[in-house]
Amino acid sequence: MSALQTVSSLIYLVSAICYVLGVHMMRSPKTARRGNGLSAIGMFLAVITIIVTIIVEGTIDSVGWIVLILGLALGILYGVVKARKVPMTDVPQLVSLFNAVGGGAAAVIGIFDYLLKGDGASLSIAFSLPVLLDVVIGGITFSGSLIATGKLSGHVPGKPITFPGARLLNVIVVLAILVSAWLMLGYATNVWYVVLALVMSLCFGLLMTLPIGGADMPVVVSLLNAFTGLAVAFAGFVINNQVLIIAGALVGAAGTILTLQMADAMNRSVANILAGGFGTGDSDSGSAADAVPVDVKETSADDIGLQLAYAQNVMIVPGYGLAAAQAQHEVAELAKVLTDKGIGVNYAIHPVAGRMPGHMNVLLADVNVPYDQMKQLDDANPMFENTDVALVIGANDVTNPLARESGNAISGMPILDVDKSKSVVVIKRSMSTGYAGVQNPLFSMDNTQMFFSDAKKGLQEIVASTKQYLE
Amino acid sequence: MSEELFTNLAIFVLSLLVGFEVMSKIPATLQTPMMSGANAIHGVVVVGAFVIAAEANSAVFYVLAFLGAFFAAVNVAGGYTVTDRMLGMFDRKPAAKPKGEADQK
Repeated sequence: MSALQTVSSLIYLVSAICYVLGVHMMRSPKTARRGNGLSAIGMFLAVITIIVTIIVEGTIDSVGWIVLILGLALGILYGVVKARKVPMTDVPQLVSLFNAVGGGAAAVIGIFDYLLKGDGASLSIAFSLPVLLDVVIGGITFSGSLIATGKLSGHVPGKPITFPGARLLNVIVVLAILVSAWLMLGYATNVWYVVLALVMSLCFGLLMTLPIGGADMPVVVSLLNAFTGLAVAFAGFVINNQVLIIAGALVGAAGTILTLQMADAMNRSVANILAGGFGTGDSDSGSAADAVPVDVKETSADDIGLQLAYAQNVMIVPGYGLAAAQAQHEVAELAKVLTDKGIGVNYAIHPVAGRMPGHMNVLLADVNVPYDQMKQLDDANPMFENTDVALVIGANDVTNPLARESGNAISGMPILDVDKSKSVVVIKRSMSTGYAGVQNPLFSMDNTQMFFSDAKKGLQEIVASTKQYLE
Repeated sequence: MSEELFTNLAIFVLSLLVGFEVMSKIPATLQTPMMSGANAIHGVVVVGAFVIAAEANSAVFYVLAFLGAFFAAVNVAGGYTVTDRMLGMFDRKPAAKPKGEADQK
């Protein structure tokens, strides 16, 4: 080992420690931001080390410098601008996009080394197997994450996309990947073998993600994130760089655990999600076929304004519909109108409200909702008994009292006890069922009134009418 | 099996185990930022982009090196920035607390 190698290996080790400690610190809200900062310092150290290494080794030519610097500069510019400008509602799809390019980069490294080191010669399995795994997993996460990004942002329909023969096509694609594996592992390098592996992996990522409903996407994004970690680790085997192996494997394992926890919080299993065909993506799809049952009481923005103006304690229950309609500004405005007049306002936040676990807290924090007004499930539930008006905005399954009974799709899921409050107002686009496809008896209860509207538009009307009664 | 491969394999397996261990129960509030933070960490693939750029010697390889550098840079730079933005909102909350209480009274 040369002096340079020794020093660089030691610095890589330090940066690996930064990643592990960073992830560890991110488990608690108090230290989370510093944890991410520590992991960024580790990344900075690793990048400085590789810059020094390639300068000292001097194998890079001038064109190499140009493409490297150009690629990095454009990538940093694009990534940072996107990350700074993105509205908080669109964060999930952006994370998925960043994940896609990470998988893409890992696949590119595998292809590069296969072509460069191979050059028509036979390669040992010790080299070609990591290349194969890197290209296949990287390719799957690249196309899969792009589809997930599209589904979350609405460029690809959120509903499960299935077509006749999809299963057969899946089998064919998997067989083609196996054929490419056999060619790459058993024969002298040929550019078409790795192209076949790449194209078929891209197809597989597509076929895997398309049949999955939009509401399941967070779990899929998290799973693909873990996959990318593995692809990066295999890229580390290919170029014999241990910091890639350590960081990649760390993300692969930690991401897997996170995926399981997310699926658990959403009351779904990963196997069920991957089987696809479940969920529409938009829980309030608002189709005309959803007739309003006779026993449901409809109300108007004017009446809701009156109720809120004369309430003492209001509990806002935000859900997926609020996130989808990007109505967090309107909700914060309504709360401010009420609190200015001395009316108590709190938010009851279900762990899986929003587009992703924890996403609702981020959305509300973004519009300056005070931390002490955001009540988590266990704190919120005892408060409903003293709540005059519970304002349910685009939430459905997380308020469904059927979860307390057995024998249905949401049995046992922890819910918010909205039905215990004195009066319940539900803002919802239609009577359509929530994500779990279960009717919600809350809507036809005596103390419940329905206001059929888009969350954003409905809240604007309610803010206007509330102001009128408070003046 | 070469010594190099064995070392790498051992590192790989042990890192997997560390990953499983370090990720115990995460509060739901932090799951989205955690995913984003883990996403930024696999941006370490940018180190690989440097390595291949140093070996590129013909048009095809230059194109691949450019793609690798661009993709990896988006991943690492964007990943850390957006994670920090998300977590910054959690930081801001205690600061907003007194103001919120004043609003209520």
